Formats: sequence, C-alpha cells, structure tokens
Amino acid sequence: MGRYVAKRIATSILTFFGTIILTFILFRLLPGNPIQLLFRNPQLTQKQIQLLNSQFGLNKPLWLQFVLFVRNVFVGNWGISFFYRAPVTQVLFPALLNSVILILPATVLAILIGVGLGVLSGWKRNSASDVAILTSSLILYAIPTFWLGILFIMVAVKVGGIPVSGMVAIGVSLSTPTTFLVSLLRHLFLPMITLTLVTLGQFTIIMRSSLIGELTEDYVVAAYAKGMSSDRLLRKHVVPNALLPTVSIIAISIGTIVAGAVLTETVFSWPGVGSLIYDSIFRRDYPVLQGAFLIVAFFVIVSNFVADLVYAYLDPRVKYS
Amino acid sequence: MVGVGILVLLFAIAILAPFISPYNPTQIDPNAILQPPSAKHLLGTNEVGEDILSLVIWGSRISLLVGFLATAVAILLGTLIGVVAGYSGGIVDEALMRATDFFLVVPAVVLAIVVAALLGNSLPNVIIIIGLLSWPPTARVVRSATLVYKQMPFVEASKGAGGSTAHIIRKHILPNVMPLVYANTALTIANAIFTQSALVFLGVGDVNDISWGQTLHFAYSSGSITAGYYWYAIPPGIMIVVAVLGFALTGYALDEIFNPRLRGGAILVSA
Repeated sequence: MGRYVAKRIATSILTFFGTIILTFILFRLLPGNPIQLLFRNPQLTQKQIQLLNSQFGLNKPLWLQFVLFVRNVFVGNWGISFFYRAPVTQVLFPALLNSVILILPATVLAILIGVGLGVLSGWKRNSASDVAILTSSLILYAIPTFWLGILFIMVAVKVGGIPVSGMVAIGVSLSTPTTFLVSLLRHLFLPMITLTLVTLGQFTIIMRSSLIGELTEDYVVAAYAKGMSSDRLLRKHVVPNALLPTVSIIAISIGTIVAGAVLTETVFSWPGVGSLIYDSIFRRDYPVLQGAFLIVAFFVIVSNFVADLVYAYLDPRVKYS
Repeated sequence: MVGVGILVLLFAIAILAPFISPYNPTQIDPNAILQPPSAKHLLGTNEVGEDILSLVIWGSRISLLVGFLATAVAILLGTLIGVVAGYSGGIVDEALMRATDFFLVVPAVVLAIVVAALLGNSLPNVIIIIGLLSWPPTARVVRSATLVYKQMPFVEASKGAGGSTAHIIRKHILPNVMPLVYANTALTIANAIFTQSALVFLGVGDVNDISWGQTLHFAYSSGSITAGYYWYAIPPGIMIVVAVLGFALTGYALDEIFNPRLRGGAILVSA
C-alpha cells in the first residue's frame, strides 16, 4: 500500500509541475507589456517602464524568470491583481471557499443520487422505471449547464421568492449566524440543484452499465442458486464490485464538475473561483486568472489523488500490482 | 437509430438554412423588439428585432461546423498519438501516456477559457483549442486497440516477411483500430458542440458568428431572462440538447456495434 501511495504522490507532483510549466508558458504568450497592463497609465515614461521592469524582474533571462516563478508559487507570492491592486492570494482564497461551499455538496449529492439511480435502473433492466431513469439521465447529460441555470432563473423569477444571484442578501443586516446561514442556504439552493443535476446524469449511466455487466458474472448465478436473497446479493457483492469502474469514471469527471461549476457560478453570480475567472477575463486581470487556473488545477489533481486512494481501498487487487 | 434520425434532421436544417429560414437572421426590425411568439415570428424576436427561429436555424451551421472540425483535429491527433504510443511501447509510450493523463486531469473547459481569452477568440482559434483538448479519450482507445493488434500473428508474419513499420501500421493496425474510433468520434463531436456553446456563452468564443451559444449569450446579457422573455432562451438550448443527444445516442449505438467486448454483455467502459 505504501508503494502505491508513493507512486501516486509522485505522479500528482509531476502533473502539478506540468501545470506550472503550462501556466508559465501560456501567460507569457500574452501580447503587451505586463507593466503597462498593471498601471494603465499612458503617461508612463520609458525610464519609468524600465525601472518597473527591473523591479518586477521582467528583464531577467527567461529561464531565471521561470525559476523565480516556481519559487514564488510555493512561497505563496502569486503576484498582484491588476484590478484589485491586492495580492492575488487575498483575492483567490475567499472565492475558493465560496466555490467549495457550492461544489462539495453538489458532488456528494450527485454521486449518491446518481449511483443510487444507476443501481435501481440496472437491477430492473428494461422495466418502465429503467427506461424512465435512463431517458432522463441521457437528457440531463445533454443539457448545457448554463442553459439549465437560465431555465431555473426564469422559473424562479416567475415564482418569486427564490434568490437567483449572489451568495447572501445584499443590504440586509445578517446579525445572527442563523439569519446568515438561512440567507446563504436560500441563495445556494438554485446553483446547487443545477450543478447536481448536470453531474448526476453520467454517473447514473455508468453505474447502470457497470451493474448490468456485473450481473452477468458467474458468481451471481451461483449465489442465487445457493439461496441468497437478491437484496443481500446486491448489497454485499454486486454493487461493491460494480462500483469500481464507476469510481474511476467519477475521478476522471472531477475536471468536468469543476467546469460545470465555472458555468453555474457565472450564470448565478455566485462569487466563487468560476465567477472570478469569468470576471478577470473581461477585466484583463491576468495575475488573478493565472492564480485561479493554478488553484483549479491543483484542486483537480488533489481530488484525483484522493479518488485513487478510495479506489485502492475498494479494490485490494490494486495495492499489489 | 433515434440518434441517426436526429442527426439527419439537423444536417438538413443546417444545409437548407437559406431556404427554410423565414427571415434573414441579421435583419433587424426595430418595430418588433422582444415580441413573444406569434404568427409573424414563430419563435418571437430578440432585443434588436431579429427573428429567433431564423437565428436558431442559421445557428446550426456554425455549431455543427465547429463540432466537426474540432473533432477532426482531435481524432487526427488522438489516433496519431495512440498508434505511436501503442506500437512503440517503452519510454515513448510512458511519456505519451503521462501527457494524455495530464490533459485528462486538467479541466478542459477551464483551460479552453483561459487559452481562448489569452490568444484571441476567432473561429479557427476556437476550433483548434477545442480539438487540442479533446484528443485524450481517442488516444487511449487507439492505444489499447494497437496494443491488442500488435500481438496478432499476422503482424508478426508481416514483420517476418520484411514489412516496414509504416507499412504494418498502415495496412494492418489502422484498419482494425479505426472502427473503435467511430463511437468515440460521435461522443467527441457531442462534447465539442457543448464546449463551443459554453465558450461563446461566456464571451470567450467568437461572438460575431451566429451560433446557438451566441444567441444564449445575448439572451443572458441583455437581461431578457430575468425579464421573463422565455422564448429567447429556450429554443437555442433545446437545439443544443437535441444535437448533443443525437451524437451521443449515435455514439452509444456505434459502440455497441463495433466494440466486441460489449456484444457479450460485458461492462461498458468508456475509454
């Protein structure tokens, strides 16, 4: 087990380094001088520009800039936001917290509901409920995230009373923790439903196929012939085995979930990292964009690592490979 | 079968757009702003008076075009990398697989947004970006298939008779591998259509060409959603759902036909 964990850690670190390199290259491809983007003052003299260049280390050779960049990433110096004129980390971490509040419950819900529906659908293959579940999952899989959000907004506006933007009510005094929590939950309602719905479609489909495949195995026939109840057979043997491919698919879709979160946050103006990415594109706030990209990549890499550990726990065969 | 039917319909709409669209989609009518569906405008009008039905019909062209071209790029790249990795083995294989895993892990849409924002959002750029981010699944499928066919006796026989590597790949490996790629192609197209509309919706794709994402973009940014003008946002979204469904269903059907493991009722493992 230790060797497996060590190997996974090494791969994750490699991937993160790859991301750092990619980020460095991407953001150096930008047209324009970063100094002029930061200060946006048409009256900067050449001498001032040169001074600022050397202050920010922009006149050093590219490989040295890269080394300093890597060092800065690990030290926590992620640059200064062009728009907020504050350290990027200061801008990023509140947004990250908000994103986690949205993504974590939505993912957990999507996994629970998706897997549950998949098992139900696979067990009762070709029945009415199976067809219903499969059709709705396919449609959910095909619906664009932002369009579903838009639909919900339209419905909410008609119905009234359900907040469609922001994280808490603005201009209202939220003195006690309870009022704050209530306001937060009311605003969380729509974005979370949207994100959960678009994610669970593919989980259901995968779990269903996996379960159907597992049910063709010989041990299922043997156990049933020996008199084991189907309920116990499902719970103790078939579902845990069928979960394995599902877990690896879920791990791969973490990236998609994050992408869905970006779209959901933008549509509902939920102040998370996704919204931040969208806003900083239009404000040309490249340091924040770079930092947000790094943090998103880091988050996905860590999640994949955790998913691999879960997979190793579920499938003992992996540990000895 | 349903999938193929949907696709045929979509193709027809895209190709026949100039003939079946009631109005020129860029024709604005300041007297008829934001009209709900009526006899004159079957799906209503938007905030500059353009007919939404026409917008949706014409939008199919760009959305499908980007879907196809981006997928072409992805399939080309994926097949190339997959075959090279599978056939060479050893360190080339390891390195290419690391790269593939890397691109699988990094959230593609986020990377697409960042790259499009940085390098410009013209149509060719968007196509290339989506293509460059969609090749990993294809590469994986092709690599697994190459590994299988590499062991086959007829490859060994060909090598023994003096066949060069290029010859073997071209005549023996590729023809057997390609059918597995077809299913993947359909799913990749579905994904590309979705990604393109997401990029345009956010404003980092090409907002000047008429596409479904573009119509949704203006629906959202003009505030017509909260104002309750439902006819603006619903049709383009439905078209995207239909298109993605069409390609996905076709992809699953192709997978069932071409993937030998599936016919025996084995587990469906999407590569």
